[in-house]
Amino acid sequence: MGKPILKGTDLGYYASDKTILQHLDFEIAPQEFVTLTGPSGGGKSTLLRLLASLISKTSGSLTFKAEEIETYEPTAYRRQVSYAFQQPQLFGQTVADNLEFPFTIRNEPFDNEKAVEFLGKVNLEPDSLNQPITELSGGERQRVALLRNILFMPEVLLLDEITTGLDVDNKAIINRLIGQLNQTEGLTIISITHDTSEFKLANRLLTLKDGQLEA
Amino acid sequence: MNLAVNNTSLMFALILVIIAILIVHREKLGLEKDIIYSVIRAVIQLVVVGYVLKYIFRVDNVFLTIALVLIILFNASWNAKKRAGNIRNAFPISLVAILASTSVTLGTLVLTGSIKFIPSQIIPISGMIASNSMVAIGLCYRNMNTNFQNQRQQVLEKLALGADLHDASISIIRESIKTGMSPTIDSAKTVGIVSLPGMMSGLIFAGIDPVRAIKYQIMVTFMLLSATSIGSLIACYLAYKSYYNEQKQLL
Ligand SMILES: Nc1ncnc2c1ncn2[C@@H]1O[C@H](COP(=O)(O)OP(=O)(O)OP(=O)(O)O)[C@@H](O)[C@H]1O
Ligand SMILES: [Mg+2]
Repeated sequence: MGKPILKGTDLGYYASDKTILQHLDFEIAPQEFVTLTGPSGGGKSTLLRLLASLISKTSGSLTFKAEEIETYEPTAYRRQVSYAFQQPQLFGQTVADNLEFPFTIRNEPFDNEKAVEFLGKVNLEPDSLNQPITELSGGERQRVALLRNILFMPEVLLLDEITTGLDVDNKAIINRLIGQLNQTEGLTIISITHDTSEFKLANRLLTLKDGQLEA
Repeated sequence: MNLAVNNTSLMFALILVIIAILIVHREKLGLEKDIIYSVIRAVIQLVVVGYVLKYIFRVDNVFLTIALVLIILFNASWNAKKRAGNIRNAFPISLVAILASTSVTLGTLVLTGSIKFIPSQIIPISGMIASNSMVAIGLCYRNMNTNFQNQRQQVLEKLALGADLHDASISIIRESIKTGMSPTIDSAKTVGIVSLPGMMSGLIFAGIDPVRAIKYQIMVTFMLLSATSIGSLIACYLAYKSYYNEQKQLL
Protein backbone atom coordinates (compact mmCIF):
# COMPACT_ATOMS: atom_id res chain seq x y z
CA MET A 1 0.00 0.00 0.00
CA GLY A 2 1.24 3.48 -0.90
CA LYS A 3 0.99 6.50 1.34
CA PRO A 4 -2.30 6.36 3.24
CA ILE A 5 -4.75 9.20 2.73
CA LEU A 6 -6.29 8.61 6.17
CA LYS A 7 -4.47 6.98 9.04
CA GLY A 8 -5.42 6.30 12.64
CA THR A 9 -2.85 5.38 15.27
CA ASP A 10 -3.97 4.24 18.70
CA LEU A 11 -7.02 6.38 18.04
CA GLY A 12 -9.49 6.76 20.90
CA TYR A 13 -12.70 8.63 21.57
CA TYR A 14 -14.67 8.92 24.74
CA ALA A 15 -17.69 11.06 25.50
CA SER A 16 -19.50 11.64 28.80
CA ASP A 17 -17.05 9.32 30.62
CA LYS A 18 -17.79 6.49 28.26
CA THR A 19 -15.18 4.91 26.01
CA ILE A 20 -16.67 4.63 22.54
CA LEU A 21 -13.57 3.92 20.46
CA GLN A 22 -10.18 2.71 21.64
CA HIS A 23 -6.80 1.68 20.25
CA LEU A 24 -7.80 1.92 16.61
CA ASP A 25 -4.99 1.43 14.11
CA PHE A 26 -5.84 1.63 10.43
CA GLU A 27 -4.70 2.99 7.11
CA ILE A 28 -6.87 3.89 4.16
CA ALA A 29 -5.10 4.10 0.80
CA PRO A 30 -6.05 6.71 -1.79
CA GLN A 31 -8.80 5.44 -4.11
CA GLU A 32 -9.51 2.52 -1.86
CA PHE A 33 -13.10 1.35 -1.27
CA VAL A 34 -13.50 0.06 2.28
CA THR A 35 -16.66 -1.21 3.91
CA LEU A 36 -17.05 -0.91 7.64
CA THR A 37 -19.36 -3.24 9.48
CA GLY A 38 -20.04 -4.54 12.96
CA PRO A 39 -22.77 -4.75 15.54
CA SER A 40 -25.02 -1.82 16.33
CA GLY A 41 -23.47 0.51 18.88
CA GLY A 42 -19.98 -0.68 17.98
CA GLY A 43 -18.85 2.85 17.14
CA LYS A 44 -18.98 2.93 13.32
CA SER A 45 -20.80 6.23 13.01
CA THR A 46 -18.57 7.72 15.67
CA LEU A 47 -15.50 6.74 13.66
CA LEU A 48 -16.85 8.36 10.50
CA ARG A 49 -17.74 11.53 12.42
CA LEU A 50 -14.15 11.66 13.67
CA LEU A 51 -12.91 11.24 10.10
CA ALA A 52 -15.31 14.00 8.98
CA SER A 53 -13.98 16.32 11.69
CA LEU A 54 -17.47 16.71 13.16
CA ILE A 55 -16.07 15.57 16.50
CA SER A 56 -12.47 15.46 17.71
CA LYS A 57 -10.52 12.46 18.94
CA THR A 58 -9.68 12.29 22.61
CA SER A 59 -6.50 10.23 22.27
CA GLY A 60 -4.02 8.91 19.71
CA SER A 61 -3.53 10.30 16.23
CA LEU A 62 -5.68 10.73 13.16
CA THR A 63 -4.11 12.08 9.99
CA PHE A 64 -5.26 13.13 6.54
CA LYS A 65 -2.39 13.17 4.02
CA ALA A 66 0.09 12.76 6.88
CA GLU A 67 -1.12 15.83 8.79
CA GLU A 68 -3.27 15.73 11.90
CA ILE A 69 -6.88 16.50 10.95
CA GLU A 70 -7.10 19.35 13.49
CA THR A 71 -4.40 21.25 11.59
CA TYR A 72 -6.67 21.72 8.57
CA GLU A 73 -9.22 24.50 8.34
CA PRO A 74 -12.39 22.54 9.20
CA THR A 75 -14.61 23.93 6.44
CA ALA A 76 -12.05 23.27 3.70
CA TYR A 77 -11.32 19.84 5.15
CA ARG A 78 -14.99 18.79 5.17
CA ARG A 79 -15.26 19.67 1.50
CA GLN A 80 -12.45 17.18 0.88
CA VAL A 81 -13.68 14.50 3.25
CA SER A 82 -17.44 14.47 2.88
CA TYR A 83 -19.74 12.67 5.29
CA ALA A 84 -23.19 11.39 4.32
CA PHE A 85 -25.37 10.85 7.37
CA GLN A 86 -27.09 7.68 8.50
CA GLN A 87 -30.49 9.39 8.49
CA PRO A 88 -30.14 12.54 6.41
CA GLN A 89 -32.58 15.43 6.57
CA LEU A 90 -33.23 17.46 3.48
CA PHE A 91 -33.15 21.27 3.67
CA GLY A 92 -35.77 23.82 2.73
CA GLN A 93 -38.76 23.06 0.52
CA THR A 94 -37.64 21.55 -2.76
CA VAL A 95 -34.99 19.29 -4.24
CA ALA A 96 -33.42 22.42 -5.74
CA ASP A 97 -32.95 23.94 -2.27
CA ASN A 98 -30.78 20.95 -1.46
CA LEU A 99 -28.72 20.92 -4.61
CA GLU A 100 -28.20 24.68 -4.40
CA PHE A 101 -26.66 24.43 -0.96
CA PRO A 102 -23.21 23.21 -2.08
CA PHE A 103 -23.09 26.11 -4.54
CA THR A 104 -24.25 28.67 -1.97
CA ILE A 105 -21.55 27.77 0.52
CA ARG A 106 -18.92 28.10 -2.20
CA ASN A 107 -20.31 31.45 -3.34
CA GLU A 108 -20.92 30.02 -6.78
CA PRO A 109 -24.02 30.58 -8.90
CA PHE A 110 -26.28 27.57 -9.11
CA ASP A 111 -25.39 25.44 -12.15
CA ASN A 112 -28.66 24.02 -13.37
CA GLU A 113 -27.07 21.84 -16.02
CA LYS A 114 -24.74 20.25 -13.52
CA ALA A 115 -27.59 19.62 -11.10
CA VAL A 116 -29.65 17.94 -13.81
CA GLU A 117 -26.68 15.84 -14.88
CA PHE A 118 -26.23 14.59 -11.32
CA LEU A 119 -29.95 13.92 -10.91
CA GLY A 120 -29.60 11.69 -13.97
CA LYS A 121 -26.82 9.74 -12.29
CA VAL A 122 -29.30 8.59 -9.63
CA ASN A 123 -32.20 8.03 -12.06
CA LEU A 124 -34.10 11.20 -11.15
CA GLU A 125 -35.83 13.36 -13.76
CA PRO A 126 -34.67 16.92 -14.48
CA ASP A 127 -38.05 18.32 -13.42
CA SER A 128 -37.71 16.76 -9.98
CA LEU A 129 -35.64 19.86 -9.13
CA ASN A 130 -38.86 21.67 -8.32
CA GLN A 131 -40.39 18.80 -6.47
CA PRO A 132 -41.25 19.43 -2.81
CA ILE A 133 -39.09 17.27 -0.56
CA THR A 134 -42.18 16.07 1.28
CA GLU A 135 -43.31 14.31 -1.89
CA LEU A 136 -40.15 12.23 -2.27
CA SER A 137 -40.01 8.55 -1.40
CA GLY A 138 -37.43 7.40 1.15
CA GLY A 139 -35.17 6.13 -1.59
CA GLU A 140 -35.43 9.34 -3.61
CA ARG A 141 -34.68 11.37 -0.51
CA GLN A 142 -31.59 9.31 0.18
CA ARG A 143 -30.42 9.78 -3.41
CA VAL A 144 -30.93 13.56 -3.30
CA ALA A 145 -29.05 13.68 0.00
CA LEU A 146 -26.12 11.84 -1.56
CA LEU A 147 -25.98 14.28 -4.47
CA ARG A 148 -25.28 17.11 -2.04
CA ASN A 149 -22.06 15.33 -1.08
CA ILE A 150 -20.82 14.72 -4.61
CA LEU A 151 -21.91 17.76 -6.66
CA PHE A 152 -18.47 19.07 -5.89
CA MET A 153 -16.33 15.96 -5.86
CA PRO A 154 -14.56 15.39 -2.56
CA GLU A 155 -11.45 13.23 -2.22
CA VAL A 156 -12.95 10.95 0.37
CA LEU A 157 -16.60 9.99 0.73
CA LEU A 158 -17.78 8.66 4.09
CA LEU A 159 -21.09 6.83 3.73
CA ASP A 160 -23.06 5.97 6.85
CA GLU A 161 -25.51 3.19 5.99
CA ILE A 162 -26.96 5.22 3.17
CA THR A 163 -28.71 2.22 1.63
CA THR A 164 -30.18 0.82 4.82
CA GLY A 165 -33.93 0.39 4.58
CA LEU A 166 -34.02 0.85 0.80
CA ASP A 167 -35.34 -1.71 -1.66
CA VAL A 168 -33.10 -3.58 -4.10
CA ASP A 169 -33.69 -1.12 -6.92
CA ASN A 170 -32.72 1.92 -4.88
CA LYS A 171 -29.73 0.08 -3.45
CA ALA A 172 -28.62 -0.85 -6.95
CA ILE A 173 -28.87 2.75 -8.22
CA ILE A 174 -26.84 4.11 -5.33
CA ASN A 175 -24.28 1.33 -5.34
CA ARG A 176 -23.76 1.61 -9.08
CA LEU A 177 -23.06 5.34 -8.67
CA ILE A 178 -20.59 5.01 -5.83
CA GLY A 179 -18.87 2.15 -7.63
CA GLN A 180 -18.47 4.42 -10.65
CA LEU A 181 -17.18 7.31 -8.57
CA ASN A 182 -14.60 5.01 -7.05
CA GLN A 183 -13.54 3.54 -10.41
CA THR A 184 -13.62 6.55 -12.71
CA GLU A 185 -13.13 9.51 -10.38
CA GLY A 186 -10.72 7.74 -8.07
CA LEU A 187 -12.83 8.69 -5.07
CA THR A 188 -11.76 7.08 -1.80
CA ILE A 189 -14.77 5.54 -0.10
CA ILE A 190 -15.46 4.26 3.38
CA SER A 191 -18.95 2.84 3.57
CA ILE A 192 -20.78 1.49 6.60
CA THR A 193 -23.18 -1.34 5.92
CA HIS A 194 -24.84 -4.25 7.67
CA ASP A 195 -25.78 -5.78 4.32
CA THR A 196 -23.41 -8.67 3.62
CA SER A 197 -24.30 -8.58 -0.07
CA GLU A 198 -22.66 -5.14 -0.25
CA PHE A 199 -19.31 -6.34 1.14
CA LYS A 200 -18.19 -7.51 -2.28
CA LEU A 201 -18.37 -3.98 -3.72
CA ALA A 202 -15.36 -3.01 -1.67
CA ASN A 203 -11.66 -3.80 -1.74
CA ARG A 204 -11.52 -4.45 1.95
CA LEU A 205 -13.78 -5.10 4.93
CA LEU A 206 -13.19 -3.65 8.40
CA THR A 207 -15.18 -4.81 11.42
CA LEU A 208 -15.70 -2.59 14.43
CA LYS A 209 -16.96 -4.17 17.60
CA ASP A 210 -17.16 -2.65 21.08
CA GLY A 211 -15.09 0.27 19.92
CA GLN A 212 -12.25 -1.83 18.58
CA LEU A 213 -11.25 -3.03 15.13
CA GLU A 214 -11.21 -6.77 14.61
CA ALA A 215 -8.36 -8.31 12.70
CA MET B 1 -54.37 69.05 36.70
CA ASN B 2 -56.81 66.48 37.98
CA LEU B 3 -54.23 64.11 39.44
CA ALA B 4 -55.65 63.14 42.79
CA VAL B 5 -53.68 60.25 44.24
CA ASN B 6 -52.32 60.97 47.70
CA ASN B 7 -51.06 58.89 50.60
CA THR B 8 -54.48 58.47 52.12
CA SER B 9 -56.09 57.38 48.89
CA LEU B 10 -53.27 54.90 48.36
CA MET B 11 -53.81 53.43 51.81
CA PHE B 12 -57.41 52.79 50.88
CA ALA B 13 -56.36 51.34 47.54
CA LEU B 14 -54.55 48.67 49.54
CA ILE B 15 -57.98 47.04 49.67
CA LEU B 16 -57.23 45.86 46.15
CA VAL B 17 -54.21 43.94 47.40
CA ILE B 18 -56.26 42.46 50.18
CA ILE B 19 -58.80 41.24 47.62
CA ALA B 20 -55.99 39.48 45.76
CA ILE B 21 -54.74 37.89 48.97
CA LEU B 22 -58.23 36.70 49.90
CA ILE B 23 -58.70 35.07 46.53
CA VAL B 24 -55.33 33.36 46.72
CA HIS B 25 -56.04 32.21 50.26
CA ARG B 26 -59.50 30.87 49.45
CA GLU B 27 -58.25 28.97 46.42
CA LYS B 28 -55.26 27.64 48.38
CA LEU B 29 -52.80 28.87 45.78
CA GLY B 30 -50.10 29.44 48.38
CA LEU B 31 -49.12 32.80 46.92
CA GLU B 32 -49.88 35.01 49.94
CA LYS B 33 -46.25 35.50 50.92
CA ASP B 34 -45.32 36.14 47.30
CA ILE B 35 -47.92 38.87 46.98
CA ILE B 36 -46.97 40.60 50.22
CA TYR B 37 -43.29 40.41 49.37
CA SER B 38 -43.81 41.74 45.85
CA VAL B 39 -46.05 44.57 47.02
CA ILE B 40 -43.54 45.67 49.66
CA ARG B 41 -40.75 45.42 47.13
CA ALA B 42 -42.64 47.42 44.52
CA VAL B 43 -43.46 50.17 47.00
CA ILE B 44 -39.89 50.49 48.26
CA GLN B 45 -38.40 50.41 44.74
CA LEU B 46 -40.80 53.02 43.46
CA VAL B 47 -40.33 55.34 46.42
CA VAL B 48 -36.57 55.17 45.99
CA VAL B 49 -36.83 55.70 42.23
CA GLY B 50 -39.19 58.61 42.78
CA TYR B 51 -36.75 60.43 45.01
CA VAL B 52 -33.74 59.58 42.85
CA LEU B 53 -35.48 60.89 39.74
CA LYS B 54 -36.64 63.99 41.52
CA TYR B 55 -33.08 64.69 42.57
CA ILE B 56 -31.67 64.01 39.11
CA PHE B 57 -34.25 66.13 37.34
CA ARG B 58 -33.52 68.98 39.68
CA VAL B 59 -29.73 68.74 39.31
CA ASP B 60 -30.04 68.34 35.52
CA ASN B 61 -26.43 67.28 35.04
CA VAL B 62 -25.36 65.61 31.77
CA PHE B 63 -22.99 63.16 33.44
CA LEU B 64 -25.47 62.17 36.06
CA THR B 65 -28.10 61.59 33.38
CA ILE B 66 -25.74 59.45 31.33
CA ALA B 67 -24.70 57.53 34.43
CA LEU B 68 -28.31 56.68 35.20
CA VAL B 69 -28.93 55.63 31.61
CA LEU B 70 -25.91 53.35 31.83
CA ILE B 71 -27.26 51.78 35.00
CA ILE B 72 -30.54 51.10 33.22
CA LEU B 73 -28.71 49.50 30.27
CA PHE B 74 -26.57 47.45 32.62
CA ASN B 75 -29.63 46.07 34.42
CA ALA B 76 -31.39 45.34 31.15
CA SER B 77 -28.35 43.43 29.85
CA TRP B 78 -28.12 41.47 33.06
CA ASN B 79 -31.74 40.45 32.73
CA ALA B 80 -31.38 39.50 29.06
CA LYS B 81 -28.39 37.36 30.03
CA LYS B 82 -30.56 35.29 32.35
CA ARG B 83 -32.42 33.88 29.34
CA ALA B 84 -29.23 33.00 27.51
CA GLY B 85 -28.83 29.39 28.63
CA ASN B 86 -25.49 28.10 27.39
CA ILE B 87 -24.59 31.07 25.26
CA ARG B 88 -21.06 32.16 26.14
CA ASN B 89 -20.37 35.80 27.04
CA ALA B 90 -24.08 36.49 27.11
CA PHE B 91 -23.67 39.52 29.36
CA PRO B 92 -21.18 41.43 27.19
CA ILE B 93 -23.13 40.44 24.08
CA SER B 94 -26.38 41.75 25.57
CA LEU B 95 -24.67 44.90 26.75
CA VAL B 96 -23.23 45.65 23.31
CA ALA B 97 -26.61 44.98 21.68
CA ILE B 98 -28.59 47.12 24.11
CA LEU B 99 -25.97 49.86 24.11
CA ALA B 100 -26.10 50.01 20.32
CA SER B 101 -29.87 49.90 20.07
CA THR B 102 -30.25 52.60 22.72
CA SER B 103 -27.60 54.95 21.42
CA VAL B 104 -28.74 54.75 17.80
CA THR B 105 -32.41 55.15 18.68
CA LEU B 106 -31.95 57.77 21.35
CA GLY B 107 -29.41 59.63 19.25
CA THR B 108 -31.82 59.79 16.32
CA LEU B 109 -34.64 61.07 18.51
CA VAL B 110 -32.46 63.77 20.04
CA LEU B 111 -30.91 64.82 16.72
CA THR B 112 -34.27 65.03 14.99
CA GLY B 113 -35.57 67.12 17.86
CA SER B 114 -38.25 64.62 18.85
CA ILE B 115 -37.06 64.71 22.42
CA LYS B 116 -34.82 67.07 24.35
CA PHE B 117 -31.63 66.07 26.07
CA ILE B 118 -33.00 66.68 29.54
CA PRO B 119 -33.19 63.99 32.23
CA SER B 120 -36.99 63.96 32.44
CA GLN B 121 -37.12 62.92 28.76
CA ILE B 122 -33.89 60.97 28.26
CA ILE B 123 -34.30 58.69 31.27
CA PRO B 124 -37.84 57.39 30.73
CA ILE B 125 -37.25 56.97 27.00
CA SER B 126 -34.00 55.08 27.65
CA GLY B 127 -35.90 52.86 30.03
CA MET B 128 -38.50 52.05 27.38
CA ILE B 129 -35.88 51.34 24.75
CA ALA B 130 -33.75 49.23 27.05
CA SER B 131 -36.61 47.16 28.42
CA ASN B 132 -38.01 46.44 24.96
CA SER B 133 -34.56 45.55 23.65
CA MET B 134 -34.07 43.33 26.67
CA VAL B 135 -37.26 41.41 25.97
CA ALA B 136 -36.43 41.13 22.27
CA ILE B 137 -32.93 39.85 22.98
CA GLY B 138 -34.25 37.39 25.57
CA LEU B 139 -36.62 36.03 22.92
CA CYS B 140 -33.75 35.75 20.44
CA TYR B 141 -31.70 33.74 22.91
CA ARG B 142 -34.54 31.42 23.70
CA ASN B 143 -35.32 30.89 20.03
CA MET B 144 -31.67 30.19 19.24
CA ASN B 145 -31.37 27.70 22.07
CA THR B 146 -34.47 25.82 20.96
CA ASN B 147 -33.56 25.83 17.30
CA PHE B 148 -29.97 24.78 17.73
CA GLN B 149 -31.41 21.84 19.64
CA ASN B 150 -34.33 20.99 17.33
CA GLN B 151 -32.44 21.58 14.12
CA ARG B 152 -29.26 19.93 15.31
CA GLN B 153 -29.27 17.29 12.59
CA GLN B 154 -29.68 19.87 9.86
CA VAL B 155 -26.90 22.05 11.20
CA LEU B 156 -24.61 19.03 11.42
CA GLU B 157 -25.35 18.12 7.83
CA LYS B 158 -24.58 21.61 6.64
CA LEU B 159 -21.27 21.53 8.48
CA ALA B 160 -20.49 18.10 7.03
CA LEU B 161 -21.05 19.50 3.55
CA GLY B 162 -18.40 22.12 4.24
CA ALA B 163 -20.56 25.08 5.25
CA ASP B 164 -18.91 27.67 7.43
CA LEU B 165 -20.56 28.62 10.69
CA HIS B 166 -22.52 31.46 9.16
CA ASP B 167 -23.99 29.33 6.36
CA ALA B 168 -24.79 26.52 8.78
CA SER B 169 -26.59 28.90 11.15
CA ILE B 170 -28.16 31.53 8.92
CA SER B 171 -31.66 30.04 8.86
CA ILE B 172 -31.68 29.90 12.67
CA ILE B 173 -30.23 33.41 12.96
CA ARG B 174 -32.93 34.79 10.68
CA GLU B 175 -35.71 33.08 12.54
CA SER B 176 -34.38 34.29 15.88
CA ILE B 177 -34.17 37.91 14.77
CA LYS B 178 -37.73 37.61 13.52
CA THR B 179 -38.85 36.19 16.85
CA GLY B 180 -37.15 39.04 18.71
CA MET B 181 -38.87 41.67 16.60
CA SER B 182 -42.31 40.15 16.25
CA PRO B 183 -43.91 41.32 19.54
CA THR B 184 -43.03 44.90 18.65
CA ILE B 185 -44.45 44.55 15.16
CA ASP B 186 -47.57 42.84 16.50
CA SER B 187 -48.20 45.47 19.12
CA ALA B 188 -47.63 48.22 16.55
CA LYS B 189 -50.52 46.71 14.59
CA THR B 190 -52.93 46.84 17.51
CA VAL B 191 -51.78 50.02 19.17
CA GLY B 192 -54.74 52.26 19.97
CA ILE B 193 -57.23 49.59 18.98
CA VAL B 194 -56.57 46.91 21.55
CA SER B 195 -54.27 48.71 23.92
CA LEU B 196 -53.69 52.28 24.98
CA PRO B 197 -49.99 52.01 25.63
CA GLY B 198 -48.21 53.48 28.63
CA MET B 199 -46.79 56.61 27.05
CA MET B 200 -50.10 57.73 25.59
CA SER B 201 -52.15 56.69 28.62
CA GLY B 202 -49.80 58.56 30.90
CA LEU B 203 -50.04 61.76 28.91
CA ILE B 204 -53.81 61.54 28.59
CA PHE B 205 -54.03 60.84 32.30
CA ALA B 206 -52.00 63.93 33.01
CA GLY B 207 -54.51 65.94 31.02
CA ILE B 208 -52.73 66.29 27.68
CA ASP B 209 -54.84 66.57 24.54
CA PRO B 210 -55.15 63.04 23.04
CA VAL B 211 -54.21 64.39 19.62
CA ARG B 212 -50.90 65.50 21.06
CA ALA B 213 -50.53 62.37 23.12
CA ILE B 214 -50.74 60.11 20.07
CA LYS B 215 -47.83 61.94 18.46
CA TYR B 216 -45.68 60.71 21.29
CA GLN B 217 -47.07 57.23 20.87
CA ILE B 218 -46.21 57.31 17.18
CA MET B 219 -42.68 58.30 18.08
CA VAL B 220 -42.52 55.44 20.58
CA THR B 221 -43.72 52.98 17.94
CA PHE B 222 -40.97 54.09 15.54
CA MET B 223 -38.37 54.01 18.23
CA LEU B 224 -39.25 50.54 19.51
CA LEU B 225 -39.13 49.09 15.99
CA SER B 226 -35.64 50.43 15.55
CA ALA B 227 -34.52 49.43 19.04
CA THR B 228 -35.72 45.84 18.88
CA SER B 229 -34.40 45.27 15.37
CA ILE B 230 -30.95 46.60 16.18
CA GLY B 231 -30.82 44.76 19.50
CA SER B 232 -31.97 41.44 18.01
CA LEU B 233 -29.65 41.69 15.02
CA ILE B 234 -26.54 42.39 17.05
CA ALA B 235 -27.32 39.87 19.78
CA CYS B 236 -27.99 37.05 17.29
CA TYR B 237 -24.89 37.71 15.21
CA LEU B 238 -22.68 37.89 18.26
CA ALA B 239 -24.23 34.83 19.92
CA TYR B 240 -24.49 32.17 17.24
CA LYS B 241 -20.80 31.24 17.25
CA SER B 242 -21.02 30.12 20.84
CA TYR B 243 -22.87 27.01 19.71
CA TYR B 244 -19.64 25.84 18.09
CA ASN B 245 -16.11 25.11 19.23
CA GLU B 246 -12.75 26.14 17.78
CA GLN B 247 -12.84 23.23 15.34
CA LYS B 248 -16.15 24.51 13.99
CA GLN B 249 -17.94 21.56 15.53
CA LEU B 250 -21.46 21.88 16.88
CA LEU B 251 -21.39 21.58 20.67
N1 LIG C 1 -21.78 12.00 22.33
C1 LIG C 1 -21.98 10.77 22.87
N2 LIG C 1 -22.07 10.63 24.21
C2 LIG C 1 -22.26 9.43 24.77
N3 LIG C 1 -22.36 8.30 24.07
C3 LIG C 1 -22.28 8.36 22.74
C4 LIG C 1 -22.08 9.61 22.06
N4 LIG C 1 -22.03 9.35 20.74
C5 LIG C 1 -22.19 8.03 20.61
N5 LIG C 1 -22.34 7.40 21.80
C6 LIG C 1 -22.48 5.96 22.05
O1 LIG C 1 -21.40 5.31 21.41
C7 LIG C 1 -21.80 4.06 20.93
C8 LIG C 1 -21.45 3.93 19.45
O2 LIG C 1 -22.35 4.73 18.69
P1 LIG C 1 -22.30 4.76 17.10
O3 LIG C 1 -23.40 5.62 16.63
O4 LIG C 1 -20.93 5.09 16.66
O5 LIG C 1 -22.64 3.23 16.76
P2 LIG C 1 -22.80 2.53 15.36
O6 LIG C 1 -21.77 1.47 15.28
O7 LIG C 1 -22.84 3.52 14.28
O8 LIG C 1 -24.24 1.83 15.54
P3 LIG C 1 -25.41 1.61 14.45
O9 LIG C 1 -25.01 0.44 13.62
O10 LIG C 1 -26.60 1.31 15.30
O11 LIG C 1 -25.55 2.87 13.67
C9 LIG C 1 -23.28 3.93 21.22
O12 LIG C 1 -23.41 3.14 22.39
C10 LIG C 1 -23.73 5.35 21.48
O13 LIG C 1 -24.78 5.39 22.38
MG1 LIG D 1 -24.31 4.26 13.02
